[in-house]
Amino acid sequence: MTADYDLAIIGAGPAGLAAAGLAAELGLTVALLDEQERPGGQIYRAIETVGASRPLTAKALGPDYERGRGLVDAMRAARVDYLPGAIVWNVSRELAVNFSRQGGSRELRARHVLVATGAMERPVPVPGWTRPGVMTVGALQIMLKTSGLVADGRVVLAGSGPLLLLLASQYVEAGAPPAAVVETVPRARYVEALAHLPKALRAAGYLAKGIRLMRTLARAGVPVYRGASDLSVEGGDKATGLAFTQGGRERRVEADLVALHQGVVPNQQITRLLGCDHVFDDGQRCFRPVLDDWFATSLDGVSVAGDGGGIGGAVAAEHAGRVAVCGIAHRLGALSEAQRDARAAPSRAALNRDLAIRPFLETLYRPPREVLEPADDVLVCRCEEVTAGAVRGAVALGCPGPNQAKSFLRCGMGPCQGRVCGPVVSEIIADALGSDPGAVGYYRIRPPLKPLTLGELAALDTDTESGTA
Amino acid sequence: MSGRLGTADVIVIGGGLHGCSAALHCARRGLSVAVVEKDTVARHASGVNAGGVRRLGRHMAEIPISVASMALWHRIEELVDDDCGFQPAPQIKVAESEADLAALAEREARLRAAGYTHEELLDRDRLFALLPALSPHCMGGLASLGDGFAEPYRTTFAFARKARALGVVFHEETTVEDIARAGDGFEVKTGRGTLAGARLVNCAGAWSGRFAERLGEPVPLEPMAPMMIVTARVAPFCDAVVGATARPLSFKQMPNGTVVIGGGRLGSSNLATGRTDIDFGELARTARTAAEIFPVMAAQRIVRCWAGIEGRMPDDIPVIGRSSTTDGVVHAFGFCGHGFQLGPAVGSIVADLVVTGQTDMPIEPFSIRRFATTG
Amino acid sequence: MFRRLEEDAGRVPVRFRFEGREIEAREGDTLAAALVAAGVLSLRDTPVSGAPRAPYCMMGVCFDCLVEVDGRKNCQACMTVVEPGMEVRRQTGEDGAEA
Repeated sequence: MTADYDLAIIGAGPAGLAAAGLAAELGLTVALLDEQERPGGQIYRAIETVGASRPLTAKALGPDYERGRGLVDAMRAARVDYLPGAIVWNVSRELAVNFSRQGGSRELRARHVLVATGAMERPVPVPGWTRPGVMTVGALQIMLKTSGLVADGRVVLAGSGPLLLLLASQYVEAGAPPAAVVETVPRARYVEALAHLPKALRAAGYLAKGIRLMRTLARAGVPVYRGASDLSVEGGDKATGLAFTQGGRERRVEADLVALHQGVVPNQQITRLLGCDHVFDDGQRCFRPVLDDWFATSLDGVSVAGDGGGIGGAVAAEHAGRVAVCGIAHRLGALSEAQRDARAAPSRAALNRDLAIRPFLETLYRPPREVLEPADDVLVCRCEEVTAGAVRGAVALGCPGPNQAKSFLRCGMGPCQGRVCGPVVSEIIADALGSDPGAVGYYRIRPPLKPLTLGELAALDTDTESGTA
Repeated sequence: MSGRLGTADVIVIGGGLHGCSAALHCARRGLSVAVVEKDTVARHASGVNAGGVRRLGRHMAEIPISVASMALWHRIEELVDDDCGFQPAPQIKVAESEADLAALAEREARLRAAGYTHEELLDRDRLFALLPALSPHCMGGLASLGDGFAEPYRTTFAFARKARALGVVFHEETTVEDIARAGDGFEVKTGRGTLAGARLVNCAGAWSGRFAERLGEPVPLEPMAPMMIVTARVAPFCDAVVGATARPLSFKQMPNGTVVIGGGRLGSSNLATGRTDIDFGELARTARTAAEIFPVMAAQRIVRCWAGIEGRMPDDIPVIGRSSTTDGVVHAFGFCGHGFQLGPAVGSIVADLVVTGQTDMPIEPFSIRRFATTG
Repeated sequence: MFRRLEEDAGRVPVRFRFEGREIEAREGDTLAAALVAAGVLSLRDTPVSGAPRAPYCMMGVCFDCLVEVDGRKNCQACMTVVEPGMEVRRQTGEDGAEA
């Protein structure tokens, strides 16, 4: 069957936007699908609406956020079939993309698919994490971006990672300093990370940024508890505070809202669905698809750019998007090998410079054991309410991996389809078996990627239209 | 690898339900058993089927085994120390037209003439009393009231666990590379070493054809990938397992409210990689059938679709019985997507054949000889 | 608990109802953001244990924010943009069909 497009890009974050712009420039026909109604992904969410009309929000979010505007404007100006509100629920190995849009499902076919669906928050399974009043740090950022909403009660941010400090700082700028930041990075880790400092200096801008963020918090008098552990969200039907151990003492901070964060992990739903090879990246402590120099996966015709291929951040995502498109354009015959290499060179150099910070950050912010191997009574599958102990019990009974545990316990069978619990279930099983997540594996991902009604699927039977919306 | 992996009275190839059931029944008769499974127990059809436990609608030849197996299902906890999620429930084939009604009546009469009374006709009133959520266009049905459904992975896992408790050794992630006669017994060469056994059982599901061929009795076994749908939870509205008459459907609501829909429309499979792919064009037909028969289903959300790999024979019934070429080998494969309910009893038949070479159950229709091209 | 950083003249107020209670949001808000901002504590009770849940990730990943919108069950509140007159209800146990 003939393709509707040369390239279908899934995800309109920095990787997808940059890729779309370049692909169009190189003369490829491009469809850019995204589940949100407006482009930007999560990092540049609502960039088109935070403009002159919301100056305080723009100021709180800071200059890095502004970078998204150029990307979005360039995409809008390019010859791209942009399909917002398109929820992709299947991608076949023959590169047919099924998506749901405006209540109905359609299919489009491409000669190449670029997966740019980014990352999601690592699960933070601590006691009480499912209580109302607990959200991710990313969730607070999204509320700030899309709606200009800040939580101005007693807000406690807990965990580790650049995003934790960033949000804390953004909240300070917005006049809503958090009640406390509880950081779980052990002091020894700072020493460990120093080994990567020389390389990190190549991306010194990031280091300077980090220091600025910490200074912002200090100046605003935000209490920062360092080296915390044994986090636990207290409360009943809603969160009332965060308990933790720090400096050898048990502590407690009262809170109306607890925002958790332990870094982000690649969204592997599409690459797993397609059967691409994955590898467990011990540095990033997560699974990612195996990619070659051009960001192509093990499946011919499928590439991944941005955080979905391994965590690199928003700027790296742009560069990766452009490098990936050069590779795709060559594969599709639009660029010779020499043209491809020449065209990609500046982006590749920028990418490598940008990634220089990663070993430092990955060492510093390696997730603590307690969120990789939670205590027995902590829920790990939020949807089906399966505890870490139940998973360990299944292993003791003989379940050798996450898929068997899933069949046994229903963990991973709920509406989120394993997105939240997947990483930690693999960790728990690996730990229980004395193995590692790479050997133990991950959930088998099946379609639909997002739920769709039987009625909508049934309509595919009579509606054989494909192509542009 | 050429090291010794072990010795057993019986070597079973295949860790699906039939392999585990055969192993369990052999172990119960005091034999030592080794099961060789190239992936993990219940990885394929056995772990991911619709879980229907039915006598309803069976090929005539299967009925005696199905009836015997049904008795085991109602006491499954005695056999494997686990209730396997077994739920007694009527299995009902719904008639959507006069032609359907006639077909169901004809079947009921045929069964009655053969002495089977487990299937009974339902008139429209009785049908709607049992299934109030049916679309009003449904006209009647054929029901086996004493049937049910269970959880396939849990069931197969329970058989394996019980077998292990009785001393059966499982070699998972172990692929059989070759089988060969060795004196009065057999040598099974695997990637992890060689197993020696007095008897050999071929329960390798869709992969059984290779072994049949090796034994000089090739069979027209084809892989099939029947597709399944499961929805988000729905408030209880159906406590029977429902099929249609003229079009494929298997529909049940689980105790937790999720609805599991199958029926046998096929996706694609790859025997070498074990991967299956959904054909959504085909699956759309399943969705349409389900929504037309249960109108409330149109608005329900599909959470997951999948397809397992099963083996299919061209005459729609399995191969069960002794090898036609080699003494000491027993086959049980090719269940065409309806082997789950037969599992408990077929294992016992296999054990009969392994121990005595005979069985009381009428298995002649399943003989591998029916595919022999020369005399 | 939540406040708007600023008013945006370009965004009209949008009124909808949650469990019969009128809530005022802004154009472009997601239902989840609007409900959290209005102080709604929980959006649903889980089908497994009846535990109360509220939005967690705000980006369509966790599915904890499932609500009934205009009669349609299991809608992710964080993926639904507010519309005037929407009728939103809590879900208890992912209840569904009327036979």
